[in-house]
Amino acid sequence: MLYIKCPHCGWRSQNEFSYGGDASVIRPELNKKVSDQDWDNFVYNRKSLRGKHWELWQHLSGCRQWIKVERDTATHEIFNTLKANEDIS
Amino acid sequence: MVQSFRLENLGLINRDKKLSFRFNGKAYYGYEGDTLASALLANGIHLIGRSFKYHRPRGFFGAGVDEPYAIVQLYRNGETEPNVKATEQELFEGLEAKSVNCWPSVNFDIGAINNFLKIFLPAGFYYKTFMWPKSFWYKVYEPFIRKAAGLGVASIKHDKERYEHKYEYCDLLIAGSGPSGLASAYAAAKNGARVILAEDKARFGGTLLTSEVNIGNKSGREWADGIISELKEMPNVVVKNRSQVFGYYDHNMLVMSERISDHLPKTKKFHPKQKLWYIRAKEVLISSGSIERPLVFGNNDTPGVMLSSAAKEYLKVYGVLVGRKPLVFTNNDSGYETAIEFKKNGIDPIILDTRKDPHSEIVDEAKNLGIKIKFSYVVVAAQGYKKVKSADIAKISDDKEQLGKIENIKCDCICVSGFWTPTIHLASQSGNKTKFNENIDAFVPGISKQKETTLGAANGTYTLDETLKSSFETAHKLSKQITNNDNKISFPNVVEKKSTIHDKFWCVPLPKGKNYKRFLDFQNDVAVSDIEIALREGYRSIEHVKRYTTLGMATDQGKTSNLNGLQLVSKIENKVVPAVGHTTFRPPYTPVSIGAIVGREVGKHSKPTRKSPMHSWHVKNNAVFVDAGVWLRPRYYKLGDENLFEGSKREAKNVRTNVGVCDVTTLGKIDIKGPDAAELLNRVYSNAWLKLPVGKARYGVMLREDGIVMDDGTTTRISENHYHMTTTTAQAANVLSHLEYYLQLVWPELNVNVVSTTEQWAGAAIAGPKSRNLLQKLFPNSDVSNEGLPFMGFTEGDLFGVKARIFRISFSGELAYEVNVESDNGNFMWEKIMEIGEEFKIQPYGTEALSTLRIEMGHVAGSELDGRTIPYDNSLEGLLSKKKDFIGKRSLSREAFIAEDRQKLVGVVPLDKKTSIPEGSHLVKDSNAPLPNPKLGYISASCWSVEHDNPFSLAIIKDGKNMIGKKLFVMSPLKNKVIPVEIVSSHYVDPKGERVRS
Ligand SMILES: [Zn+2]
Repeated sequence: MLYIKCPHCGWRSQNEFSYGGDASVIRPELNKKVSDQDWDNFVYNRKSLRGKHWELWQHLSGCRQWIKVERDTATHEIFNTLKANEDIS
Repeated sequence: MVQSFRLENLGLINRDKKLSFRFNGKAYYGYEGDTLASALLANGIHLIGRSFKYHRPRGFFGAGVDEPYAIVQLYRNGETEPNVKATEQELFEGLEAKSVNCWPSVNFDIGAINNFLKIFLPAGFYYKTFMWPKSFWYKVYEPFIRKAAGLGVASIKHDKERYEHKYEYCDLLIAGSGPSGLASAYAAAKNGARVILAEDKARFGGTLLTSEVNIGNKSGREWADGIISELKEMPNVVVKNRSQVFGYYDHNMLVMSERISDHLPKTKKFHPKQKLWYIRAKEVLISSGSIERPLVFGNNDTPGVMLSSAAKEYLKVYGVLVGRKPLVFTNNDSGYETAIEFKKNGIDPIILDTRKDPHSEIVDEAKNLGIKIKFSYVVVAAQGYKKVKSADIAKISDDKEQLGKIENIKCDCICVSGFWTPTIHLASQSGNKTKFNENIDAFVPGISKQKETTLGAANGTYTLDETLKSSFETAHKLSKQITNNDNKISFPNVVEKKSTIHDKFWCVPLPKGKNYKRFLDFQNDVAVSDIEIALREGYRSIEHVKRYTTLGMATDQGKTSNLNGLQLVSKIENKVVPAVGHTTFRPPYTPVSIGAIVGREVGKHSKPTRKSPMHSWHVKNNAVFVDAGVWLRPRYYKLGDENLFEGSKREAKNVRTNVGVCDVTTLGKIDIKGPDAAELLNRVYSNAWLKLPVGKARYGVMLREDGIVMDDGTTTRISENHYHMTTTTAQAANVLSHLEYYLQLVWPELNVNVVSTTEQWAGAAIAGPKSRNLLQKLFPNSDVSNEGLPFMGFTEGDLFGVKARIFRISFSGELAYEVNVESDNGNFMWEKIMEIGEEFKIQPYGTEALSTLRIEMGHVAGSELDGRTIPYDNSLEGLLSKKKDFIGKRSLSREAFIAEDRQKLVGVVPLDKKTSIPEGSHLVKDSNAPLPNPKLGYISASCWSVEHDNPFSLAIIKDGKNMIGKKLFVMSPLKNKVIPVEIVSSHYVDPKGERVRS
């Protein structure tokens, strides 16, 4: 079970969180024309990479904040966690 | 029966407490503090089971966790448990155990014909032999193998025992209470660290219980006892025996299973049988010690052949002689310690040492005691079938290739020592890349990946002095980093005998003309010849050799076999051991019972149960409940001996004719506040929300970004910047997360707060033509007329002193209202509704009637909004705003979603107006078409229409908009039904929606 440092609450076990996928995905702006390709990339296409990965987790059984977590998908090592409004480097 | 192999006055057992037990139906005695193994050995019992493949007689090989074969079926307090190691099971009064792997009995075993007829089952035997003919597998081979090759029988009864889980945090977790575990626990605890010390066995101390050493002028055991009693008094220390740390997981989380009651005849009241500890440790010290390696020779599996360390433990801890004419076969000094203990107790052992001329304090002591030692000697083969009777021995040449003349000497046990293998399982599980240590011919931990340090014998350190020193220092350093304390312990004086180097020899060559089985893996019956076959057949990777031969794959995880297997492969392949590499260690280190893993989450505790505030009323009024997610909801209220169909029909009919009330507390409720609340709703719902006036509700549909319908519900504008959203029961949690996601990550500029209020409000849906009459009486001070409270209107009212929210919304297609009060008043509200509703013939209705009402009026719900359908499919396309953007809108223009013949919601009625249509059935054009019959759609929900008094279903069907009036067939291969049907509009009742507005 992973040990995740919630930027709001501190260190908590994985079972308090739920996974939210790739944190680098940016939703296209509302009311703007979006090409089929761009929309497909937003909705479906993910890199599923092996290694360092910025991803979203929600501290569901805690502060309910969505946070950004930099994790190695192969080793589970966590390098950094950020609040929702902080930009990933 | 006399315990003929028990010595007087030796051991740590309690001789004042005699315990009776039964093995294979026969009664024996032992003492408190015995294991089943030591008690059986005290009674001279060596034959305990049959081997897995060849059904050879097997006895005891170890004295603890390393035991590969003494596995029994245990009976305790009316329950039975398979795969119990006799060497680990503590004796209790009334214990019963039986041999496994033997049929019909341990003394006469039919499977052993495999052995005598020399139809030896070589490596890959199962793969090769039983592949053909295929039809034989189920009828002939599998039943035979199952009967012949089991490790016991799992109970099929419900396990009445209680198992618990515990979460714990500590600075240092120390696995193993031998010298390094005790020293490091003591040093860290004295330095203020929060310490958990875990010992697998009942007794603390590890090898200190059996070794002849002196620490600070005390014997090893006295020193251990002193440390333990001091640790137990310290508030920052948790000391646990009978607790195996079996798994090392991510981020320094370890799992330990504590056997709380397994050593008792019966679990005490309110106690668990076992407890699983999830421990998050800042640092982990692995002091798991080492396991003695077997030497490999002919028939080395005969009962009576055992590890020399085990023989010493039986002697020193249990006062039990494993034989009266012992032969000690060793390649190092450890065997001498065992021989010396025998000698001290009046037994004359013979030592066969593979070394030519070793010199050390221990060897000298043995010589001085007059023990007979034969150097450069080996055991070629053990003789005796069910017990060792003698040994064929021979001198071995200096190059260890040639055997001298074979001699036979009488003996009743052979104690083997092939040096020591560090127990690196936990370190390896943690991700540590282990490295090969040439000096000890074994793998030791390398560079740590997580916060773990391995100490003592587990790290290949075999002297006590060095072990204690490194443990004190490491624990001090690590605890200092955590606590910032600097309390140092004075290092005690250590006296131990010095030993000399071991011999790398481990496998005795076969004498000419003999093909004795020389076993590597005792539990899975893998012999030297099996590995040779595997390599001859081209298997090279150690992982493949392992799988083909099953080496190390038994429940003992190859604790005694892995290294010898590797040595053999490296010898044949002419590679060094590290080049061969070892297989991966995976948790658990020892078998863990399923009950402990599941813990308390069994039966009704497998998920939480949520009940509405009106639950007790429902119970009193004969509600039959149904699980709705984690909620318990009344399915119908049973009158007399009504069944579900009759009861729900009555309730639904009463809603259509009079008035009914339904508990809708379970609906998800989200309170939404803030100046941008309307904007948020406008973005998450597909329809327009900006112009909804205060005091009005609106039905909305929300999509996922991929265009699939996520949820539906009504949201009401309570005041200028305050909304009350409802969701379906099932999606409540997901919708809240969904809103939070957009507010926190996508549109943080929106000034809105959302919070779940599902539990804060109790809800009652009042539906039926007489619902307004009832409402007028419930709220005499409110104007609930059609003008005062029109369809989709909202008002607050006073329910006999209780503040209530009144929504005019309908799920049933009737004139209907929903009343919400704060949860504490839920029961009061319900009772008032029932009391005042009596004159209007009110009846409560459950989820089944609720479904009937919604299906026949064509209102979609969970079975249509199933995560695969878009708004069009559910005839919700009218709720898609063309003017504004919203979540998922862009996806709706995808090719498949705008196809001309896109699937759509329809109604289905059987032509005979009698036959009920099973949910999930397929719709086809021709019921006799050849398979696979093209499927046009599926039945999503079925009911018995109370309005029309015939079956009615909803279906989602291809080109649904052009199918109305068509005659098709419903096919249910599961129920073996073919029903001719007509496709009709999904609005089977009040298609114009006049009633809800009346
Ligand atoms: Zn948090």
